[in-house]
Amino acid sequence: MARPEDFNTPMTPVWCPGCGNFGILMAVKQAMAEAGIKNHEAVVVSGIGCSDKYNQYINTYGFESIHGRILPVAMGIRLANHKLKVIAIGGDGDGYGIGMCHFIHAMRRNLDITYIVCDNQIYGLTTGQTSPTSDKGFRTKSTPEGNIESPVRPLALALATGATYIARGFAGDVSHLKSLIVEGIKHKGFSLIDVFQPCVTFNHRNTYEWFNQRVYKLDRKNHNPKSREEAMRKAEEDQKLPIGLFFSEDKLTYEDEVGQIKEKALVKHDISDVDIDDLMDELM
Amino acid sequence: MIGGKAGYGIMVTGTMFSRCCARGGLHVFDTTEYPSLIRGGHNTYQARVEEREVNSHIELIDLLVALNKETVDRLKDKITENGGILFDSSETKINREDMRGDIRLYDVPLVRISKEVSGDKVMMNTVSLGATIALADYDLNILNSVIKDTFSDKGKEIVESNMKAAKAGYDHIKSNYKDAFKCRLERISSISSEKRMLLTGNEAIALGAIRAGCKFYAAYPMTPSTPILHYMASHAMAKDIVVKQTEDEIAAIHAAIGASFAGVRAMTATSGGGFCLMTEGLGLAAITETPLVVVMGQRGGPSTGMATRTEQGDLRFVLHASQGEFPRIVMAPGDVDECFHAAAQAFNLADKYQVQVLILTDKHLAESHKTASRFDTDYKIERGLLSDEQLERINDFKRFEMTETRVSPRTIPGQKKGIFRVPSYEHDEHGWNSENPGNRTRMMDKRMRKIDHILKDIPDPKIYGEKDADITIVSWGSTKGAVLDAMRFLKNDGINANFLHLSYINPFKADFVKRFLGSAKRTIIVEQNSTMQLKGLIREKTGIEIQHTYSKYSGRQMYPHEVYDRVKEVIHG
Repeated sequence: MARPEDFNTPMTPVWCPGCGNFGILMAVKQAMAEAGIKNHEAVVVSGIGCSDKYNQYINTYGFESIHGRILPVAMGIRLANHKLKVIAIGGDGDGYGIGMCHFIHAMRRNLDITYIVCDNQIYGLTTGQTSPTSDKGFRTKSTPEGNIESPVRPLALALATGATYIARGFAGDVSHLKSLIVEGIKHKGFSLIDVFQPCVTFNHRNTYEWFNQRVYKLDRKNHNPKSREEAMRKAEEDQKLPIGLFFSEDKLTYEDEVGQIKEKALVKHDISDVDIDDLMDELM
Repeated sequence: MIGGKAGYGIMVTGTMFSRCCARGGLHVFDTTEYPSLIRGGHNTYQARVEEREVNSHIELIDLLVALNKETVDRLKDKITENGGILFDSSETKINREDMRGDIRLYDVPLVRISKEVSGDKVMMNTVSLGATIALADYDLNILNSVIKDTFSDKGKEIVESNMKAAKAGYDHIKSNYKDAFKCRLERISSISSEKRMLLTGNEAIALGAIRAGCKFYAAYPMTPSTPILHYMASHAMAKDIVVKQTEDEIAAIHAAIGASFAGVRAMTATSGGGFCLMTEGLGLAAITETPLVVVMGQRGGPSTGMATRTEQGDLRFVLHASQGEFPRIVMAPGDVDECFHAAAQAFNLADKYQVQVLILTDKHLAESHKTASRFDTDYKIERGLLSDEQLERINDFKRFEMTETRVSPRTIPGQKKGIFRVPSYEHDEHGWNSENPGNRTRMMDKRMRKIDHILKDIPDPKIYGEKDADITIVSWGSTKGAVLDAMRFLKNDGINANFLHLSYINPFKADFVKRFLGSAKRTIIVEQNSTMQLKGLIREKTGIEIQHTYSKYSGRQMYPHEVYDRVKEVIHG
């Protein structure tokens, strides 16, 4: 049985003291251990933003993409070798802003990828501009008069677009978040785990305290995660903020329907002498 | 030449005619011109057929198959002496007195015959094909074999009615026009005659990629590279290739990068507009040293420009695309044979040096058919990956280790002892982020110095013609065919020209080019762009200023006679 420490690297995280990323990193490593992931059979794909550092802090294969392009890279990896566990970790700007197009298409494809979004509702690494999930009226360096736009609602979007495992966690509740990630990893298909992540330096509105006053957990008594309608209602709540599993369903994954990789992973195909005589014949 | 509205099946008909000629042992070069729309407009398909190799299209027309009046009006002046027009007077009104006296008119009831055979006018093309075969006194059986192969997946009935339509067109000519037409096609059927393929640059690239073991292909449709997507998709199951049409070109290149990182050979293809979107991915592949092959089919720019027309305007763009400095290989094959070998070689070079290889084509090369001998497929696959056994013997695996050749050991996910992580940030030999100035300089040098080794590994530019020539012509990419054919015309006039063709542009073989051009009597460069991009590059790399130029950027490929005329002008002052 793997332990969370087995996923440590020699690097010391450089996030701000108190950053929500510490809790998320802890939950990810615990979840990987609990889900029985082997270091060499997993790839962590990250993007750009404060969350890009996950690339350096988790001892698996790792590929840090550029801003917004986590999911296309993750797709390529999955299709090349669907025996690998692919865990994508990025921020709200990365996934819901610049990478929004890929986010939607990745969900409707239902590739077996676990996508964790560290959603701090602010651009942290660039020192505090409004993000796609910033609340309306939120004053930032780029919206000194208050944010005019309404926030993206990632869970409602995921429900509408076809993700097959949709959950939300809170960086302030590591063990609850860990269990959501474990289930996400085990789930066959695209899993989205949006994580409330306080940014202690640039977001003084959505703080630990602010979340603690608002979050409540979804459980069997107050929610049926098999119901898309109920999940949509929960996803639209904006006074009290539910965390937990919103929705999950069993569905064929994209990989399941690719005939070329039924027998073995694409990477295992022998390419030492591919015959093209038949293709040349066709052109005669 | 066959012409008519888009939607008339001009391209299928043209390709069938070319294939008929190829099957008879003849050499073909064909090219198609069409606007960016699905119905209407004016489409043409021109096939040039000879007993010897043909490398280009020419402006003159021996036989014009006109499916509408516009075709006649636009092209009648290009018809050669005693050439002909094949048309249907019920669709296309031609006044004899508007035509040059020597032009022969062949009125064939294409619509009536088509309707008799199929109840519809859809087969008028096939009728015209049968009539053309009759005029050229060629073998109807060859056409029947091509019909069979073209329509077999549409069912026996379609095959048979097409054959009937072709036969009726054939018979109509034979019984109504007894005088021989000036051009005859004759089957070269000696046993020694070699069978040839008929294919486009796009198909040749796809074949090269498949041979090289490309297993992942991601793309977003864009002319002129879309046919690669179609080809790869239609052969994906048989050849175990995963083909993914993505939401955009950004996703296409990043998916290819992901697949390559995970260990499969991966490719994407696009045109200038799509390549704009891909440039950030190109840089990502570069800093992560992920092998990648990108096909860039040029067309008229900027922006949407001329979507279905040809141009060589993106050489400088491809040479410098993406921020920062990194090594890249840029190929510019000149014909279908070079397209095949460029693609096959691209994957080896990409893997061997962990770099990105860009194959530059253009609409003319990508979509024109040429007959070609079967390709030499004798390629050794060079992956440059560490085996598990090799890993066992390594104590401290460094993915970005500084080595003699600057190429580092590479593993793929799944290998127990090969774990590494790579950031898109600058990093050290292990792949840990590093902004240390010393490390930065070392890593930049490591990546850039790979160029020195690549330079030794790629072939010298090709030289055609004799050493001691009156004039040296220089070109790159698809203009090769026009130059080669122009050299023949020049030779007939007693002008001895030779030709330096660059099919690998980066890294640049400066010493070779300098030596060769330095001893040339006169020099001229031909390019399909307005700023003479290669000319500037040659000056930058060698200090040599090529004396004369011929450039064309009308969106149409240059003809050999244009090169011929310009060379004569230069020689005779």
